[in-house]
Amino acid sequence: MESPQFRRLAESDRPRIRLVIDGRSCEALAGDTLLTALLTNGRRLRSSEFGDGPRAGFCLMGACQDCWVALDDGTRLRACTSFVAEGMRIVTRSDVDVSAPGSPKRGTAVPLGGKARSG
Amino acid sequence: MMDDRAPVVIGAGPAGCRAAVTLAAAGLAPIVLDEAPASGGQIYRRAPAGFTRPYRALYGFDAARARRLHTAFDGIQGSIDYRPDTLVWDLRRGALHCLSGGRSREVAYRDVILAPGARDRIIPFPGWTLPGIYTLGGAQIALKYQGCAIGSRIVFMGTGPLLYLVAYQYAKAGGGVAAVLDTTPFAAKRRAVPGLLSGGSTFAKGLWYVAALRARGIPVANGIRPVAAEGKDAAVAAFLYRDAAGTQRRLACDALAFGFGLSSETQLADLAEVPFAFDAVQQQFLPERDLAGRTPVRGVYLAGDGGGIAGADAAELAGERAALALLEDRGHEVGKPRLAALERALRQRAGFRAALEAAFPFPAELAAGMPDETILCRCEGVTAGEFRRAARALDADEINRAKAFSRCGMGRCQGRVCGPAAAVVLAAALDLPPERMGRLRGQPPIKPIPMAVAGTHE
Amino acid sequence: MSEHVAADVAIVGGGTAGCSTALHLRWRGATVVLLERGQCGGQASGVNYGGVRQQGRDLAELPLARRSREMWGRLAAIVGSDCEFVASGHVKLARCAADMAELEAYREAVRPYGLELELLGRNDLRTRYPYLGEAALGGSLCAEDGAANPRLVAPGFARAARAAGADIREHAPVTTIEHDGTRFRLRTAGGVEVSAATLVNVAGAWGHEIAARFGENVPEDVTAPNMCVSEPVPYFMVPNFGVCGGGFYVRQIARGNVIFGGGRGIAERERRRAYPVAATSLDASRQTIALVPRLRHAQIIRTWTGIEGVMPDDIPVIGPSRTTPGLVHAFGFSGHGFQLGPAMGAVLSELILDGATPTPIAAFDIGRFASWKR
Repeated sequence: MESPQFRRLAESDRPRIRLVIDGRSCEALAGDTLLTALLTNGRRLRSSEFGDGPRAGFCLMGACQDCWVALDDGTRLRACTSFVAEGMRIVTRSDVDVSAPGSPKRGTAVPLGGKARSG
Repeated sequence: MMDDRAPVVIGAGPAGCRAAVTLAAAGLAPIVLDEAPASGGQIYRRAPAGFTRPYRALYGFDAARARRLHTAFDGIQGSIDYRPDTLVWDLRRGALHCLSGGRSREVAYRDVILAPGARDRIIPFPGWTLPGIYTLGGAQIALKYQGCAIGSRIVFMGTGPLLYLVAYQYAKAGGGVAAVLDTTPFAAKRRAVPGLLSGGSTFAKGLWYVAALRARGIPVANGIRPVAAEGKDAAVAAFLYRDAAGTQRRLACDALAFGFGLSSETQLADLAEVPFAFDAVQQQFLPERDLAGRTPVRGVYLAGDGGGIAGADAAELAGERAALALLEDRGHEVGKPRLAALERALRQRAGFRAALEAAFPFPAELAAGMPDETILCRCEGVTAGEFRRAARALDADEINRAKAFSRCGMGRCQGRVCGPAAAVVLAAALDLPPERMGRLRGQPPIKPIPMAVAGTHE
Repeated sequence: MSEHVAADVAIVGGGTAGCSTALHLRWRGATVVLLERGQCGGQASGVNYGGVRQQGRDLAELPLARRSREMWGRLAAIVGSDCEFVASGHVKLARCAADMAELEAYREAVRPYGLELELLGRNDLRTRYPYLGEAALGGSLCAEDGAANPRLVAPGFARAARAAGADIREHAPVTTIEHDGTRFRLRTAGGVEVSAATLVNVAGAWGHEIAARFGENVPEDVTAPNMCVSEPVPYFMVPNFGVCGGGFYVRQIARGNVIFGGGRGIAERERRRAYPVAATSLDASRQTIALVPRLRHAQIIRTWTGIEGVMPDDIPVIGPSRTTPGLVHAFGFSGHGFQLGPAMGAVLSELILDGATPTPIAAFDIGRFASWKR
């Protein structure tokens, strides 16, 4: 089991909720945001699309938009402003590279010295 | 002259709540649109159902204020159209679009009070996107709203009153506070004391937190410079910084909370075509509003931190004042003494605000000197070096061009996180003052909305 | 206190056409001043969908489009960057039998111009683009078409033109233009006075204003292409898709964002402001999901629009003035000027320096509006 990022200091006396994270059965508490549910079970919410590794949220108030996660049916939820629900199935790992093969991964809008890719 | 179209209030934090209460007291039934599931904004966020900690535990010194605000807003539920969990994603000249429950609705408005609040202001440093690193506001929300600490051994870093408040809250709650690292040199704070004294209880609270932290044996350092966060197993494991003497130090940690003050949320004011001006104190372009909360756009009012950071108390005053301005403009009788008292109190708080900024200055030089390999835009993975190169390659002379050429600010957050630092990075690269860089223009949707949204008109 | 600048050619308008013209003139040794009210590429050149396509054009535009396509393939050599041009193919989709017939007819009509299109049936679509929804019955593929990043192109040409010695002035709105019998005299709001033997009117949606100053009134309207972009999603969509009738269009960039558009935003020409329209964005979004169902979970992160000049016959005004020697027009690209921009520079420089261009442009002559009254 991955060590959790968040540590519960209070309010632990709440009904348990079961969820599935990357195929693994986990537990959270009713009233947890999805972010809390995921980060009391591990240290990631999603993978960055641009190759810099996992992300685990940032602002916790719906401003930074870094905590959008995917359920296994493709539904998108902003983890810090969504509550965990019984039976939720979340996917945090994307082994598939988002970008096209050979595309600039790190945001270089002007590929300096780049070659034209036209036919 | 009486207009019976319901006024709209956007935001149910201290400013929005007081505005709504004031309008309701005058017999109007405002539509209150708020993104959160319950009133209170960030500072007075209400715990989810099933949570049991008392107000004192959640809000500390501010418990009574929080209680009064919540009670007042709850008290008008019967006479207002309150729509929580509702995102206003577009707004323009008399109509706004809001998303709730997967449906988008258009709401026509004659008058709107914008009270969207603020967010943390950050400066990226190498490693800041590692799991385990949060804003100070985020760390506070984890504790206040979810009863969680963001880690077990936490470094608090940055500057501003929030740094000490959140660290103290964690220490009191039993969270593992490893250190509190303030980028502001001690001398700056000492110089600002005369101005800070005008802040009365706020200043006293600040001193109290520092003393309380030290009493618990938590190291508090001033004049530090962040160097980098180190990761292990793809999460933060240590924080490197330079102390006031310039010595590099390394603190093992499994979480870090940082921030350098707050930035106003201004996207809706931008869409409403309120003119902006650069505020030298806040180092941000802010929408123009007068002390009464009127903007140059008829029918658009602005209250609270969304028009300039002034704190929760000032937000409540501003919310009431803006609502009274709206009522005045609709031809209602409004008591002049109350207006004068509100404006007097608001003016006084503005003075304290300036002193606070001087005591906890935004360390722009950290942005100017950001190492090239630092991720600047975390949404798009654009490094500071890529940003500088792209801006120079096509002669970007202001921030929107630099965004277009580099993608910095083009991601999901639309520049909320990277914007302030990116402007400084660009200004430094061009050797010009930050205000010459302009500001990132707001575009709808102001936050992501699902493509599969059902729409209707109202 | 004013600055006086004299040049062979003054260009009003810093879109791709204007900046490309500046570059081409400099290659041939002419001195050039370009005056742009805002920032180069800040209007139509920078806000459009980014489609680089020959397919679907009025036949009159094809020679220009073919010439431009050749330049797109060499963009890195011309301006130092490929501006993210990818010849990913453009597929125009048919949703009914009449659409299919239209595509077939068009394929025949463009063959003489050297443009080869491939017709695709339902099975072809299934095989090549399995992510398309049921409504697509067939399509027409132009393999050498594609897309680029519109925000980079005009600035790229401006940069190259500057490096080649063009005097490009941004934030320089033109307040007066006159002809003194010998030369054109322009004045900017900042007090710069420009005199030139030749004036190039590439002022986009405001080109008709300059034409009117020289007694040539044309009915130029405006449109605003309502554009949307999604968050990054895993890359799967290679071609740039459109539909018969032009109702909407969608493409995905290598980084994963899906860009789509359809319908109109609001263009306020006098105020130089443009606004996307929420209902239009949501409608285009629904159409995009219907066409590409797997996008149903994606999110829109930004919408935008801009101001484009539109002529009533949907083709631009290009060519010499009918009233004033030395004045050359190229404006009103009616929402599909992006791909033509690079070649406009070649064509206009030839008109100016050689008095003629090998690329047929007679159909765009401003004289076709000679009998139009305001």
